[in-house]
Amino acid sequence: MSRDLSPRAKLVLYGVLLVLAVPFVFPTWWMVTSSLRPVADIFAFPPQLWPSNPRLEAYHRVFELQPFGRQYLNSLYIALVVTVGTLAVSALAGYAFARIRFRGQNVLFLVVLAGLLIPSEVTIVPLFQMFFKLGLIDTHWPLLLVPIFGAPSVLATFIMRQFFIALPGELEEAARVDGLGRFATFWKIALPLSRPALGAVAIFTFLHSWNLYLEPIVFLSSPEKFTLPQALTQFVDAYGGPMWDVQLAAASMTALPVLVVFVVAQKQFVEGLAHTGLKG
Amino acid sequence: MSRTDTRAGRVAQTRPAPGRTRRPWWTTRRRDQLTGYLFVAPQLLGSAVFVILPLILVVWYSLHEWNVLAGTFDYVGADNYTALADDPNLGPVLRSTGVFSVGLVVGNLALALLLAVLLNQKLRGTILFRTLFFSPVVVSLVAWTIVWGFLLQDNGGINGLLDTLGVDGPNWLRGEGTAMVSVIVVQVFKNVGLNMVLFLAALQGVPAELYEAAEVDGAGRLRQFWRITVPLISPTILLTSIITVVGSLQVFAQIAVLTQGGPGTSTTVLVYYLYQQAFQFHHFGYGATLSIVLFAIVLALTVLQWQMRRRWVFHES
Repeated sequence: MSRDLSPRAKLVLYGVLLVLAVPFVFPTWWMVTSSLRPVADIFAFPPQLWPSNPRLEAYHRVFELQPFGRQYLNSLYIALVVTVGTLAVSALAGYAFARIRFRGQNVLFLVVLAGLLIPSEVTIVPLFQMFFKLGLIDTHWPLLLVPIFGAPSVLATFIMRQFFIALPGELEEAARVDGLGRFATFWKIALPLSRPALGAVAIFTFLHSWNLYLEPIVFLSSPEKFTLPQALTQFVDAYGGPMWDVQLAAASMTALPVLVVFVVAQKQFVEGLAHTGLKG
Repeated sequence: MSRTDTRAGRVAQTRPAPGRTRRPWWTTRRRDQLTGYLFVAPQLLGSAVFVILPLILVVWYSLHEWNVLAGTFDYVGADNYTALADDPNLGPVLRSTGVFSVGLVVGNLALALLLAVLLNQKLRGTILFRTLFFSPVVVSLVAWTIVWGFLLQDNGGINGLLDTLGVDGPNWLRGEGTAMVSVIVVQVFKNVGLNMVLFLAALQGVPAELYEAAEVDGAGRLRQFWRITVPLISPTILLTSIITVVGSLQVFAQIAVLTQGGPGTSTTVLVYYLYQQAFQFHHFGYGATLSIVLFAIVLALTVLQWQMRRRWVFHES
């Protein structure tokens, strides 16, 4: 439907888009500006779009009330390890399922694919009991092992397989004829060619890990081991009511880094995720 | 292949029998096979240990009562299933789950399609709008939910805005009728950008000639949309609806942060109920039983959607 529009139609369209954009943009804006306001001003009426005397007090209190720096590092290192691990596991498996012929391949692929059908919430009770018996509750192991090897990496493997199937095989065949082994062919030829797919998998794996909420609250109980989403909900007063200025400051610190990276690299993000969606 | 086979093969390869040439056992083909198995081993073992085994265990656990505090693990037969049938909360929970799923899927797909069609027009600045509509996808889910919880309070920003318009807004998250609507709306805005991008990619694949031909035939825009656009992007509509339905059944953080399932059970969806039973009330056996209910629903819906595929998907790539 890409036909030229009349100037009036364009104006109407811009108006509609601007109105529609409000609920997408306003919450983030309100989060950041409110976190800079004193509590008394947060509920001021009429609401101010810009804080009259911005201050960083809430940001100091985030770190006083909880080991927030530690929690930030927890989230960051877990997301990074999970991303690298998932890339390794899914690229290897995806490549083998797409390019190597071995007996029982189709059956094994179906076994792996079953993971796509099973939401992780279905297996949370037995996983808790397995890790409980292994003495790994209140450690980061469940948050690292399950995403890298379990259901979340199945989607990644599927995406990598679809990508390798679509990739022309001539280069690899030439390398094989020249005497390169399977792993060398994979590592030196196929992997560098699969950067778009790897990028997409890396983005959604990182976001998935960064956002995980049910698993951390099930597996972790000590505040210094918490991840960010879990930590955010802990800023409550003695009556269990949320300390809004502190919660919003902590939420801003959690949301903004990824948002900034996204704005800078939005083309890669959007096209990468669109790519995975279409292929998956 | 037993181990002795391999050994015999190696021996044969390194010391061929004198007088006649034997085909080596260790061929490129076999080496390839082994590499294949090694490559898929981490994923396969991971799936076995963290997906298939827990799925079997969840059935086993649903026949038991496990008390962490007392350290007991007793076989109770079908007791958990009897309890499920007698649970007065099950009906309301399934109803909430259904209302949430239907609301989310309809809201999400309709808005995503609208945004995609608007952004597919010849207009400057569509990239900027695409970025804005997509941005909540990358904002941390709990952070996004906390801000909306803040906005939706009785004296929060939404009611502040309504007040300036002279409207007295309800206490969104505490009202029987409004809590579920609020949760759905918050979730629609969070993830609609993802489906929007998928629809945009699909729209760009629709040949412009079709619209030109329809124009010549005198078909209006709305007619073109229903007769050309929708059929041609139907595979993407199917894909996004599957992703969104399955995702809607997994909603948890939004409920935990915004409403804790309340008021009453009006926003207690299945996963939240499962979490409450297993991890708050320590009814792990009953939690396992609820997990099976969740799995059965996901399975049924997926099968149903694949069946529907033949009926209404116009073409398949």
